[in-house]
Amino acid sequence: MGFRPIANTRSATGIMTAKLAVWWLIASEIVIFGGLLACYIMHRLAHHEWAYYAVHTNVIAGATNTMILLTSSLFAVLAHHAAEQGDGKKAARNLLITCGFGLGFLVVKSIEWTTEIQHGYTITANTFWSFYYTAAGIHGAHVIVGMLCMLWVANTARQGKDLHRVENVGLYWHFVDLVWIFLFPLLYIAK
Amino acid sequence: MSEAVKIEGHDHHDDHHHEPTFIEKWIFPLDHKFIGMQYLFTGMFMALFGGFFVYAFRMQLAFPGMSVPGFGTVSPAEYNMLITNHGSVMIFWVAMPVLIAAFGNFLIPLMIGADDMVFPKLNRLSYQLFFISVLILMASWFVEGGGFGGAWTAYPPLSADANYSMTPLGSSLWLLAVAVEFAAFLVGGINFITTAMNSRAPGMKAQDVPMTVWMICIASILFMASVGPLIAGAIMLFFDQMVGTGFFDPRRGGDPILWQHLFWFFGHPEVYVVLLPACGFVADVITVFSRKKLFGYQTILYTAIGTGSLSFFVWAHHQFVAGIDPRMANIFTVTTVLISIPIAEMMFLFIATLYGGSIRFTTPMLWALGFIGEFLIGGVTGIYLGASGMDIYFHDTYFVIAHFHYTFFPIAFIGTFTALTFWFPKMFGRMMNDTLGKVHFWGTIIPLNTIFIPLFVLGAAGQHRRIYNYNHFPDLSTPDLQALRIVATVSLLVLIAFQAVFLFNFFYSIIAGEKAPVNPWKSNTLEWTTSSPPPHGNWHPDDMPKVYRGPYEYSVPGREDDFWPQNEPA
Amino acid sequence: MAEHAEAAAEHGHDDHGHGEHHDVSFYYKTYAALVVLFIISVVGPYIGEITGIQIITLITAFGIAVVKAGLVIRNFMHLNVEKAFVHYFLITSLAFMFLFFFAVAPDVLKHDGTNWENVAAKDWIEQKDAEYAAGGGDHHGGGHGDAHGEDHGGGHDEGHGEKKDEGGHH
Repeated sequence: MGFRPIANTRSATGIMTAKLAVWWLIASEIVIFGGLLACYIMHRLAHHEWAYYAVHTNVIAGATNTMILLTSSLFAVLAHHAAEQGDGKKAARNLLITCGFGLGFLVVKSIEWTTEIQHGYTITANTFWSFYYTAAGIHGAHVIVGMLCMLWVANTARQGKDLHRVENVGLYWHFVDLVWIFLFPLLYIAK
Repeated sequence: MSEAVKIEGHDHHDDHHHEPTFIEKWIFPLDHKFIGMQYLFTGMFMALFGGFFVYAFRMQLAFPGMSVPGFGTVSPAEYNMLITNHGSVMIFWVAMPVLIAAFGNFLIPLMIGADDMVFPKLNRLSYQLFFISVLILMASWFVEGGGFGGAWTAYPPLSADANYSMTPLGSSLWLLAVAVEFAAFLVGGINFITTAMNSRAPGMKAQDVPMTVWMICIASILFMASVGPLIAGAIMLFFDQMVGTGFFDPRRGGDPILWQHLFWFFGHPEVYVVLLPACGFVADVITVFSRKKLFGYQTILYTAIGTGSLSFFVWAHHQFVAGIDPRMANIFTVTTVLISIPIAEMMFLFIATLYGGSIRFTTPMLWALGFIGEFLIGGVTGIYLGASGMDIYFHDTYFVIAHFHYTFFPIAFIGTFTALTFWFPKMFGRMMNDTLGKVHFWGTIIPLNTIFIPLFVLGAAGQHRRIYNYNHFPDLSTPDLQALRIVATVSLLVLIAFQAVFLFNFFYSIIAGEKAPVNPWKSNTLEWTTSSPPPHGNWHPDDMPKVYRGPYEYSVPGREDDFWPQNEPA
Repeated sequence: MAEHAEAAAEHGHDDHGHGEHHDVSFYYKTYAALVVLFIISVVGPYIGEITGIQIITLITAFGIAVVKAGLVIRNFMHLNVEKAFVHYFLITSLAFMFLFFFAVAPDVLKHDGTNWENVAAKDWIEQKDAEYAAGGGDHHGGGHGDAHGEDHGGGHDEGHGEKKDEGGHH
């Protein structure tokens, strides 16, 4: 963790390099999720009979997860606030809480998916379910990666080091939340 | 853009002086120059495979049914595997890693006066991902069933259903290799863009940045913006292959045309992703060897950005006969023909740069001039294909192959040789032999034309692509047409033979070439102000360069020298 | 109600012009607004379904999603005080997605055109409609044909093409 090039400390744009990198990362993720969701929406609009399948999505689980992620975003931004004030320990605590909510999200999803698979709504059942599992699955993978990053940042923040990373990991996490904000109505509500 | 703002890091001076241990240097490098070398050598290694594949299938086409020396007889399935992997390897594992990752890594920090990329560990990770993708791809060639044979475009249902592709493992491994390679370039691209935007030397304004850096940066942005839908599509295709979903299966409510759109939405910007860095190299080389300022720096920049933006609006010209709405085809014809304008303008600006210059015909300059000439031919033939009416005839014929090789070969090979012969002294601290360089140049450029001009003729005669034996088509197996195939193949053999000259020159010069001075070409840009090769950290941390002017101040009136380095105080 | 919560959030923002120095209550207010919007976005479609007025579902589910997204982007990610060019490239990414959607939709969203017809897709839809009308709903993920899908699980050693033998489409 020691080697930080002079290049890293410069800022011709006025934005710190790590934050600029996270914004670019988000831009690339917008096109990945955007592409996937555009395909889903096209199919969904073309196949009205998907409404028959979509009826079987678990709105309660979806809604719970939406609440979980919104709350987790709150704690992520509180962590950022604490980091801005130089309070590394509080930032770390808030990040861990955010992680906890992320874990909650994954638990709810596992239960939800297990139930659905047991009822025969598998990824190969039909193309609606294929999109459902693929989209939510890729999102879930991003949740897991986000949690791992947050744990790592919380660890360094706790020692008062590299506090700017708290905001950056928070940006990523908010983006993950944003994707879910759109996934929820697309997969669960649109019947 | 604003002055570079320095934000204090912690103790970077101490860490900076830390010389890497053997393991750190060779297995886990962090130095951008070394990582750039890794990409360069891997790319060159993969070019051997790409070249071997084309050798095998061109021999099959010229002498159908005969055993190819060094390969054996080429079965239809093997033919498909050869053409698929030739294309995939050359684009994803040669052109991109060499043009963008190798030269981008080596040059960007040097040209902007930085000591490394902003995220050295991420840089290393991107190479490691790339290396893994190489291993996966090569594994795909040796598994049961053989390598994927569905063409680099991998249209479903051929690519999705093992019953059709007959390469159950090969298809999935190929797809996985491509996906991992995309991830490597996304990670790498973020590094390049952030470094180029943020880490410029104090005093280096946006217009003081050399074209190479700008072009690689724009190319990375183009890549990043276009690859997203294809990544989504690749995941969908992977699930179709491995899990049994029906994303692209019309019998299951999917749509194979969707894959085509997903692929080409990326596929077209991709060609500009590789083109722009090559143009950047050419710009930097022709200015040095005509001792003249770049004509229209800002205009070239705008044409690059314009081309990049427009490139997102042309993709369906690959799908004119796929059954798209003809009104869409009209729109895409217009945009495709339009995009030739900014690129042509860039070429004209290069010519304007040369005009009136004091031309030195060194090897890099020959390559740069060769690029302009050959690429123009490629570009012009693209206009025929961009017109949807003509494309109805030309689609999937050898006319298309000849067109894209007249563009891709200049990009991937002429561009590489331009950059490699120019920056070799800086990279390796030695000079390459200029005579051998010129022999290599002529031995490459002439066969290039005698390979692909016959292919234009064959394409116009109606020869379709991806057919392993034209003896099955009486109209296409006349002696005249077969003679053209043989001419193309023999020229290819000559081309391959002359690459031996380059390989010898390259490796011999690394070991025993004449030692290179700091600035052998009397160039202005910052990489020529440090030793050849540069030390770890590029410059002493207390002696990082400051910039006072643009990169192309050559032959400035009133000055004694005909060049004016960027870091020389006024 | 939504506007009131939003105004509160707005007010919190204006108190501290420069984005980086918010008081914690600003974030709590934003969160409260998000929760309220979320409740509306769940209740709204429910009402929309009962009354059958689809526009209610659309506005509450998707319209509110956009508003929520806006709140997260502005108040949590502080994009409003970020440098302008960050907006530009983010919006450009989004714009490309719209471009992709609208250019591909004529081929994928529609199942027929002036001179073509996507027979396979139309047959599929017809069949599913018939199953639904007849079976009054599906238990096993969309109809009898699909039960084959789960029997073979994730098998990838054979092509999945042969599993789909529902009524021969061609």
